[in-house]
Amino acid sequence: MYETTYHRPSSVEEAAALFAKGSEAKYLAGGHTLIPVMKQRLAAPSDVIDLGKIKDLIGVDVSSDAVTIKAATTHSDVAQSGPAQKAIPALAYLASLIGDPAVRHRGTIGGSIANNDPAADYPAAVLALGATVKTNKRTISADDFFKGLFATALADGEIITAVTFPIPAKAGYAKFLHPASRFALTGVFVAKTKAGDVRVAATGASQNGVMRVPAIEAALKANWSAAALDGVNISADGLMSDIHGSSDYRANLIKVMAQRAVTAAG
Amino acid sequence: MGVEGIGASVVRKEDRRFTTGKGRYVDDIKLMGMTHAQFVRSPHAHAKVKSIDTSAAMKMPGVVAVLTGQQIVDDKVGNLICGWAITSKDGTPMKMGAWPAMAPETVRFVGQAVAVVIAETKNQAKDAAEAVVVDYEELPAAADIRAAIKPGAPQLHPEAPGNVIYDWTIGDEAATDAAFKSAANVVSLDITNNRLVPNAMEPRAAIGDYNEAEEHFTLYTTSQNPHVARLVLSAFYNIAPEHKLRVVAPDVGGGFGSKIFIYPEEMVALWASKKVGRPVKWTGDRSEAFLTDAHGRDHLTKAELALDAGNKITGLRVKTYANLGAYMSLFSSSVPTYLYATLLSGQYNIPNIFAEVISVYTNTTPVDAYRGAGRPEASFVVERLLETAARQLKVDPAELRRKNFITTFPHQTPVIMAYDVGDFGASLDAAMKAIDYAGFAGRKAKAKSEGKLRGIGLSCYIEACGIAPSKAVGSLGAGVGLWESAEVRVNPVGTIEILTGSHSHGQGHETTFCQLVAERLGVPISQVQIVHGDTDKVQFGMGTYGSRSAAVGLTAILKAMEKVESKAKKIAAHQLEASENDIVIEGGMFKVAGTDKSIALPMVALAAYTAHNLPDGMEPGLKEGAFYDPTNFTFPAGAYICELEVDSATGKTSFVNFVAADDFGRLINPMIVEGQVHGGLAQGIGQALLEGAVYDSSGQLVTASFMDYTMPRADDLPSFKLNHTTTLCPGNPLGVKGCGEAGAIGASAAVINAITDAIGNNKLEMPATPDRVWHAIHG
Repeated sequence: MYETTYHRPSSVEEAAALFAKGSEAKYLAGGHTLIPVMKQRLAAPSDVIDLGKIKDLIGVDVSSDAVTIKAATTHSDVAQSGPAQKAIPALAYLASLIGDPAVRHRGTIGGSIANNDPAADYPAAVLALGATVKTNKRTISADDFFKGLFATALADGEIITAVTFPIPAKAGYAKFLHPASRFALTGVFVAKTKAGDVRVAATGASQNGVMRVPAIEAALKANWSAAALDGVNISADGLMSDIHGSSDYRANLIKVMAQRAVTAAG
Repeated sequence: MGVEGIGASVVRKEDRRFTTGKGRYVDDIKLMGMTHAQFVRSPHAHAKVKSIDTSAAMKMPGVVAVLTGQQIVDDKVGNLICGWAITSKDGTPMKMGAWPAMAPETVRFVGQAVAVVIAETKNQAKDAAEAVVVDYEELPAAADIRAAIKPGAPQLHPEAPGNVIYDWTIGDEAATDAAFKSAANVVSLDITNNRLVPNAMEPRAAIGDYNEAEEHFTLYTTSQNPHVARLVLSAFYNIAPEHKLRVVAPDVGGGFGSKIFIYPEEMVALWASKKVGRPVKWTGDRSEAFLTDAHGRDHLTKAELALDAGNKITGLRVKTYANLGAYMSLFSSSVPTYLYATLLSGQYNIPNIFAEVISVYTNTTPVDAYRGAGRPEASFVVERLLETAARQLKVDPAELRRKNFITTFPHQTPVIMAYDVGDFGASLDAAMKAIDYAGFAGRKAKAKSEGKLRGIGLSCYIEACGIAPSKAVGSLGAGVGLWESAEVRVNPVGTIEILTGSHSHGQGHETTFCQLVAERLGVPISQVQIVHGDTDKVQFGMGTYGSRSAAVGLTAILKAMEKVESKAKKIAAHQLEASENDIVIEGGMFKVAGTDKSIALPMVALAAYTAHNLPDGMEPGLKEGAFYDPTNFTFPAGAYICELEVDSATGKTSFVNFVAADDFGRLINPMIVEGQVHGGLAQGIGQALLEGAVYDSSGQLVTASFMDYTMPRADDLPSFKLNHTTTLCPGNPLGVKGCGEAGAIGASAAVINAITDAIGNNKLEMPATPDRVWHAIHG
């Protein structure tokens, strides 16, 4: 690891000010991506600004129509939140599948979606549930937030403060584990809004990161059942292909995971 | 057996320090004035080193020295050796290219060191290593066997035209061909034995410490065999003569074979320590472990089995290409030859066997022994063939095996090995009973009705352990003898130290070896200390690998114990005024049989050291040593059966049951044996389902971290059901055979046989990832 200066601000404003002062500053959330690349000397931030101890960024709020997860809330806290489990069980379930216990006790939702790893779990829920990402500057809709591989709509220095998920009528998540990393080899989140809209997002599959799956959305909108997807054909074009899964295998997983997610959603 | 004797599941003594974080590993050692080394490693799989500019690095903070491959060559440090000479079928010796500890001219795999930075701290060394400017001229690379043997392939070493190291054969080719000509049925298979990365929990590390006033070196290193390291470093690498080199291997966190070998980093740490006049420490990180620890396996094989009309096997013909990587590691040549092809008879009476093994250079990390070393590859070939034959002939795979089992012993195979004892039918029976083999058809039908694909797979393995009779291995090309040495020291107050050349790096020797003493003398194991891993303390030793510690190392201790007991009986008899022949040892007491006269071991020991009243002419003291050279290999064998289900929608495999019935001879500590089998099965199942080192065509390791290389985890594995059937090994007085490698040898075939049974398609390579299984089902 190269030399760096570690900061532990107590407010979002202080964090943003520290970022502006640093020559090449980085925010630290759970650190599961940043710390390993720093240890491998692939990243050399001048300043590391730890958001994990900002009290305003921690907590889960549930209202009658939405679940708001503040950005530095750990996956473990989301998975174990009674109100979140009750309001959107699929979301709490997704959090319980991320990494392993050590990861879940450090990793945060803000860190996960800001990094936008193409195989991370949370982006699938954010996109499928049509969540709103709140930052220290604005609110961004899920459809506008994810911009491809490791890319987001966040401006330099912008801090995610919370993610608000509308409570759906039904939602389910099914994940096929990457055998080595335990990210999603492919994970699919299905949601039916209270207004009757269907949104489906797949992670781990596309070369451009998390994506909506229109063919499955259309089929489920017509008939919300696993069987409705039997005839759906998912194209392998644009899907990732590597030693753990070819693109046609991932195309198959999108369909199979979607079916299992629908079954789980009920 | 007593509560702590042979056969007792005594809790491991060493676990107190390991589970409380008090183990002492190489990286825990800090010497006065110690410096830290960081290697500059090649990013290319094949390149000329045109120049190395160290000037900027030398000016970096804390830098003590920057040393290059040319300097180590100029100082006449020897090239790395291969300790087993293999002769090709045309009579020529194996064709070995030079392997300097750091590359002066050409790099041949990603990660090969070209220079080393020595600095005050590890971080300063890392900073400066980035400032070393190496000008490479990239060369085309041959990243796998097929690429290396293609006409016009990039040539790695001038010594080995066409990248072929040797083309070796064993067995009677003409007789085997004749068996195939007259066969009623022939079964053939193309088999890939996937390449594995050992990944011991503790990465390799070394500290070189040169004492100028005494012209003496000390090496602290992660070794399975410190005496072998000293021997090789002195005899071949010109580092120091043996009496001026101490090698210490303290607590070592797993080896699985990968820590047998003497690596460049250890040589450089010693050499650099003299250069800079200070201790030099190198601790590898996980990335370096992936790139530089010797890998395992990596075979391409065509195998054929000939059977007569009655389904008796009449011949086996095998042609294997083995990838040895970019350089020949210490025992690399023996692994795909004498540790592989000699086991191709499996548990079966096969009258004719012929095998050809062609070992090749590729631009990849060197390949050498890894848990099982050659025997897993052999067992996989034989057991996949047997299962395939049963399916082709439409007979029950258990029955086909049983029909061909060797049932009389000793049995001379056509490929050198003489099996001493075994009862293969008993192991198979035990495994079939444990898994309710008879009920499988019903379970498969029920699973099918629920939309699931269920399969069962057998694997009846045999291995050669207790490595090895020195005369025999010498005649086959080994550069060393493979005996073991021991010393038993009874201290004046009766406590005991056992010095052994067997090194413990997870095997539990500090407990099991004490159990022998408890058994013989009736003293508690708390009174016994096992001393190992230091060439200044232990006279000599050949180390730990090949499941040899009990069969060879413990037998050496037994031989020394017998000498100690004999002398102690003489002293006791003298003290008790009885005849030596009447003395019996019971519960720590030397008793005169049939009387109430006795003397306790501590009093005998004290008498030996005070020497006030010893028999006339007897030397004082109570300490004896022994060397033990085995007369044959030992042959652990057993049957593994795996039952599993495959999810046809995703290709994911789920275990239903995995049973093992092993014959290891006498068990010293059944709990430790069980742990060894669990670990071995995890590695065997890991090879079958999860693990695989993959290089891209340019020679970059794609699976260079745990993000891509799938190490088995607890939730990947079933709960194992272990059974034991026992035939005592006649080759050693303890009747032990060895248990360290069995799981890794036998498990893979059982798993692949089960999956291919479940999916009804025999074309499936390891690791059988969900992606591959799904494609096997759906095309």
